[in-house]
Amino acid sequence: MAVSTDATEPGVVLEASGISKSFPGVKALDDVSLTVRRGRLHALLGENGAGKSTLMNVLAGVFPPDRGEVMLEGKPVSFRNPREAREAGIAIIFQELNLIPHLTVAQNIFLGREPLTRAGLIDDARMNREAVEWLRRLKLEVAPETPVAGLRVGQQQVVEIAKALSMRARVIIMDEPTSAITGQEVAVLHDLIRQLKREGVAIIYITHKLDELPLIADEFTVMRDGRCVGSKAAGAASHDEIVRMMVGRDLSDMFSRKPAEPGEEVLRVEGLDLAHPGRAGDFAVRDVSLTLRRGEVLGVFGLMGAGRTELLETLFGLHPKRARGKVVVEGREVWFQSPRHAIDAGVVLAPEDRKREGLVLSLSVAANTSLACIEKTERLGLLDSARESELADGYVRRLRTKTPSVHQLARNLSGGNQQKVVLAKWLATQPKVLLLDEPTRGIDINAKKEIYALMDELVASGLGVVLVSSELPEILAVADRIVVMSEGRKTAEFTRAEANEENIMKAALPRN
Amino acid sequence: MNPKTKELLARFQSVAALLLMVVGLSLHPGVSDTFLSQENALNVLRQISVNLCLSIGLTLVILSGGIDLSVGSVLAFSGAVAAGFLKHGLALPVFGVVLQFTAFGAFVAGLVVGAALGWFNGWVITRFRLPPFVATLGMLSIARGLTQLWTKGFPITGLGADFGYIGTGHWLGLPMPVWISGVLVAGFVVVTRKTRLGRYLYAIGGNERAAELSGLNLRAIKLAVYTLGGALAGVAGLLLTARLDSATPNAGIGYELDSIAAVVIGGTSLNGGRGSVLGTVLGCLIIGVLNNGLVLLEVSPFWQQVIKGLVILAAVAMDKMSAREH
Repeated sequence: MAVSTDATEPGVVLEASGISKSFPGVKALDDVSLTVRRGRLHALLGENGAGKSTLMNVLAGVFPPDRGEVMLEGKPVSFRNPREAREAGIAIIFQELNLIPHLTVAQNIFLGREPLTRAGLIDDARMNREAVEWLRRLKLEVAPETPVAGLRVGQQQVVEIAKALSMRARVIIMDEPTSAITGQEVAVLHDLIRQLKREGVAIIYITHKLDELPLIADEFTVMRDGRCVGSKAAGAASHDEIVRMMVGRDLSDMFSRKPAEPGEEVLRVEGLDLAHPGRAGDFAVRDVSLTLRRGEVLGVFGLMGAGRTELLETLFGLHPKRARGKVVVEGREVWFQSPRHAIDAGVVLAPEDRKREGLVLSLSVAANTSLACIEKTERLGLLDSARESELADGYVRRLRTKTPSVHQLARNLSGGNQQKVVLAKWLATQPKVLLLDEPTRGIDINAKKEIYALMDELVASGLGVVLVSSELPEILAVADRIVVMSEGRKTAEFTRAEANEENIMKAALPRN
Repeated sequence: MNPKTKELLARFQSVAALLLMVVGLSLHPGVSDTFLSQENALNVLRQISVNLCLSIGLTLVILSGGIDLSVGSVLAFSGAVAAGFLKHGLALPVFGVVLQFTAFGAFVAGLVVGAALGWFNGWVITRFRLPPFVATLGMLSIARGLTQLWTKGFPITGLGADFGYIGTGHWLGLPMPVWISGVLVAGFVVVTRKTRLGRYLYAIGGNERAAELSGLNLRAIKLAVYTLGGALAGVAGLLLTARLDSATPNAGIGYELDSIAAVVIGGTSLNGGRGSVLGTVLGCLIIGVLNNGLVLLEVSPFWQQVIKGLVILAAVAMDKMSAREH
């Protein structure tokens, strides 16, 4: 169904074809092609982990593709770094903006290519003058001497756009630009995008908000599991069709849970609020209630920014001061002041980013396994390495972790096996509730299946599991019940029988 | 190459460097006799014992991902307080009495002062989230100023044989400072390898966020490690004061640099999470033998500094290269 990708066709600015990219243990992009035209906006859609960001990073020179070709205005290009891509006219505006907070608007726009006076000093006057012109063109009414830190996120995006344009960008890549700005700022951004299109700039636009498409998009491509599912003109597919393209195949074909009889309630949450850290009066989690029983997997689905991670962190005692609500564990009301309290009460969290938050990569598998319950490996007040190895070895065997020995450094394991070490650390504390945040992100399909089988085993032994995931097939295959979150709120709850891709995705898409 | 082998190799590099120096000096016709004498060997060991005490504490701090620039000043103040208490007692005007101190009492006072200053470092770092570099830079100045105030700018001398014993005495043929630093080395090898605290140091130095999410009490661990670092600086202060029979206001100036050098040469990563107390012992030995050799070879003190600096750079560069291959 691909739109014609004839490179001689007028108006094609950027054409990527047959792009593949692998990371250790996972194929992030598999034979992906994308065509971008002058003055058009090409939306890139897909679930988290579909490969959109990887593709953008390849186009913007962050890393090279393993295979495939990128043509810029008919000429093949290969960038060694983002700087080369920028110089060639491809600019990327990341979700986390790349501005330097304490420098002024003008200094940020001209960073690295400041105009100089004849004496070789920075020509501030000229820099500010030129900045004003760009800002005026983009209708941003701030002084060029304003530090960027003093601007709202929406305004900072405009500064990024000004920076891109001042470098003569012909292609601008925007990664979820509307995920962090308010409704009014979205309207301003949309106006600006229409203006850029009139001026002939090509835009690649990553978004989760399908409602934006009719307003700005000319065509779109849907990605899934590192592949292109299809490209169409913006008007050629309905909302429901797009959702179906996004969710695609069903993991339950390759994995299905043994139905288990859930036991008594182990966790109840009522009216949980978490104040937003940056925006006063706003909430990252708002009025969320849920229950979890022993032997049950409760799936929590939401797109980026839905408040899933924040929900788990709050339950784990990471935001005791910013949160409010009622949490009951095994019939007792609790309010965890720190992870230690949560762990002692049997509530543990395997975080989304295992390298940065789950593991100490410089320690061995054994030391990571015993980290949260090190007292179990002590004898006469000293660590007993035999006892520690025995503990770790037990979990290596039970979880089928692939490691030459328990003394191997965690750093040297593959993603899936690292995740198993994180699980081992928590299982060693004998928890009652296991909070899993995207446990299979970035690991390959076989490791995923193993993790699911493991979850099955764990709930069968009486554990309650809260599984946060942004992968629909995963939620559908693994969860007994499914809670959907959007913009911090719980928007729906389904039993396994009621849930399907469409009704979940509908509840997950933000409405604004 | 697997990490164990790599670590052994890195350790081997330091051992080889040390052996090379020892063999070179032993074969050098001009200095061989002096260098190989028992007296010189004990001398080297005695000289490094002060740096060793400081460096053990600093190793703990650096393993945890921190730094302590104040060790030299804390050393000076601990020694001065102990010497002052011994000499003049502690006047308590409220009760109209002056407490007199035995040598042992003065040691305890010096240790407590060192630990207290270290604790203050930890408190500032955890309570106000100051970077350890800044917090201990402040303490570097505070403790130096306190030392000047306490001594009124003059050395406190004439401390007596009991006090002097830990600096100049011998037991079973070995100088007391060597015994003391040796016992501390043994103790802290066990602490780092075999206790919860030791494991937690490696964990928070390796990945503070993951350690926190594993339920570790970062605050308590950091307080403990800076307090220990201060107490060990206190021990170093007592040893130095006892050996010189004098607590001087300028004692220990610049010692933090030798100490950091020893830790780094010993293979402990300044980023935290990687390293060992035994490596630091090796680092101290290398610096000690280097100093000794340069003196015996009658290299000018100015060149000595240049050479020492180059050794530090070479050690860290080798460390970086092996780290990059990970």
